[in-house]
Amino acid sequence: MVKEKVMKAVFFATACISILAVGLICIFLFANGMPGIREIGLFKFLFGTVWRPGNGDYGILPMILGSLYVTAGAIIIGVPIGILTAAFLAQFCPARWYPAIKAGVELMAGIPSVVYGFFGLVVIVPFVRNTVGGKGYSILTASILLGIMILPTIVNVSESAIRAVPKSYYEGSLALGATHERSVYRMVLPAAKSGIFAGVILGIGRAIGETMAVIMVAGNQPAMRAPNELLKGVCTLTANIVIEMGYAQDLHRKALIATGVVLFVFILIINISFSLVKRKVVRES
Amino acid sequence: MTVVANDEKSYEKIIAKNRRTATAMRVVTIAAALLTTLVLGFLIVYILVKGVPHLTPELFAWEYDSENVSMMPALINTIEIAVLTLLLAIPCSIGAAIYLVEYANAKNRMIPFIRMTAETLTGIPSIVYGLFGMLFFNRFFGMSIISGALTLAIMVLPVIMRTTEEALIAVPKKYREGSFGLGAGKLRTIFRIVLPAALPGIFSGIVLSVGRIVGETAALIYTAGTFTKAATSLGASGRTLAVHMYLLSKEGLNTDQAYATAVVLLVLVIAINFVAGRIVRGRQQD
Repeated sequence: MVKEKVMKAVFFATACISILAVGLICIFLFANGMPGIREIGLFKFLFGTVWRPGNGDYGILPMILGSLYVTAGAIIIGVPIGILTAAFLAQFCPARWYPAIKAGVELMAGIPSVVYGFFGLVVIVPFVRNTVGGKGYSILTASILLGIMILPTIVNVSESAIRAVPKSYYEGSLALGATHERSVYRMVLPAAKSGIFAGVILGIGRAIGETMAVIMVAGNQPAMRAPNELLKGVCTLTANIVIEMGYAQDLHRKALIATGVVLFVFILIINISFSLVKRKVVRES
Repeated sequence: MTVVANDEKSYEKIIAKNRRTATAMRVVTIAAALLTTLVLGFLIVYILVKGVPHLTPELFAWEYDSENVSMMPALINTIEIAVLTLLLAIPCSIGAAIYLVEYANAKNRMIPFIRMTAETLTGIPSIVYGLFGMLFFNRFFGMSIISGALTLAIMVLPVIMRTTEEALIAVPKKYREGSFGLGAGKLRTIFRIVLPAALPGIFSGIVLSVGRIVGETAALIYTAGTFTKAATSLGASGRTLAVHMYLLSKEGLNTDQAYATAVVLLVLVIAINFVAGRIVRGRQQD
């Protein structure tokens, strides 16, 4: 009986590791990032338009905008294709092809981001350079690549949302004389919209947090860009951390860790909205 | 649609229009699915075609130097880190899943908290893990494969935990009742009856997390470091294959070798996915 009690305590302890981990991550990121923010000034840090560590300028607004641009681009490219692919898998796909396509989507989720980045570097960068113009290392290139990378997330979550819609919705629509396509796009998909939305939020989280692939194709210039400068290079929050952490000292290093804190806060906000939307999905069904 | 068909002709018109819309929608849907599969197919074929010819024996020499750009040390480091990470993560995540499924009751206030934090861990980007590992684990172990493995262990913890939870929940209640009925205690029931039955599901989660470990870069650059030799001790720094591949393509000097490394990574990931898929399918057939 002692053994039973001890093992129960051991299992409980292992269950608490995730709490411990999240706690430690919060504490260490904030404890190491806040001094930098205090030294630079929160406002100057978040809204400063110049990042030039050599001159003591630590404004991360260019990087915040950079992350937002490529994420928005990825959403514009990835979401429609992802939702349509999910609709195809759930409602149009012949049973014979389904396992292969589904396995393909799973595989896409498993391909490492460096491999995507390398593919972007050797295929998408030259493609953009030759067909649209510019140097190829640009907001547009990063958006296309990230759009591809978030596809599996959006497809998988949307597909299960579409499959969760009661069959009676679809059948009712058919019985009223609507075509198969009209029933899917006017009845089933709107009914699944919360679940699909949750998938989109998850995709946003992936895109904002993606690092290696973006570094390899986005050009990494920490300059202010207007949303219409699609062919210019841009630096994201994540890319800046990886590129400069290797040699950063003192305040520069603290500023990079503080950049990580900003990224972490973004991700927490996205996570919270994801679980709120998911709770709504559970309530609806 | 509010158009009312009041004679045969306009009725037919509406039907024809509906049919056109339906066809258009179907074409768009199929085109999107085709695009998704084509992008994946193109990526795989392109990297294989460009990379396989560069898979030379020198690339697998035991020692790395700037002449042969060998990926062997990186491959060894990858295996070391994968094994270490799994050794750390598997007991913890399976233990956590056992607690959540077998022990916890609905009244326990810790449960939603544990689930919430596990979900938060799933969403944290790898660069944030990298920063945390650098700030926390490097303090004790320096830039080393043990720091890298500890960082990755936290990262894959929620993955194995969730798949194990699902696998445990899927074990029928009768199994447990039968075991209790024969006089076995709770622990014996868990280890002798429930876990063996849940093994395929747990295993598929482990295989998936191996995939994440093999492909991880951002969390490892500043924890396990970028040293080019195979690590001979836990405290030694060493780059994994994915980090190696990033550094090769960043330098831009050894593009051919980068292609070849991409092939190895891709083949590893495809193999891992294939194994995980087999396990899941095998379980569904039971």
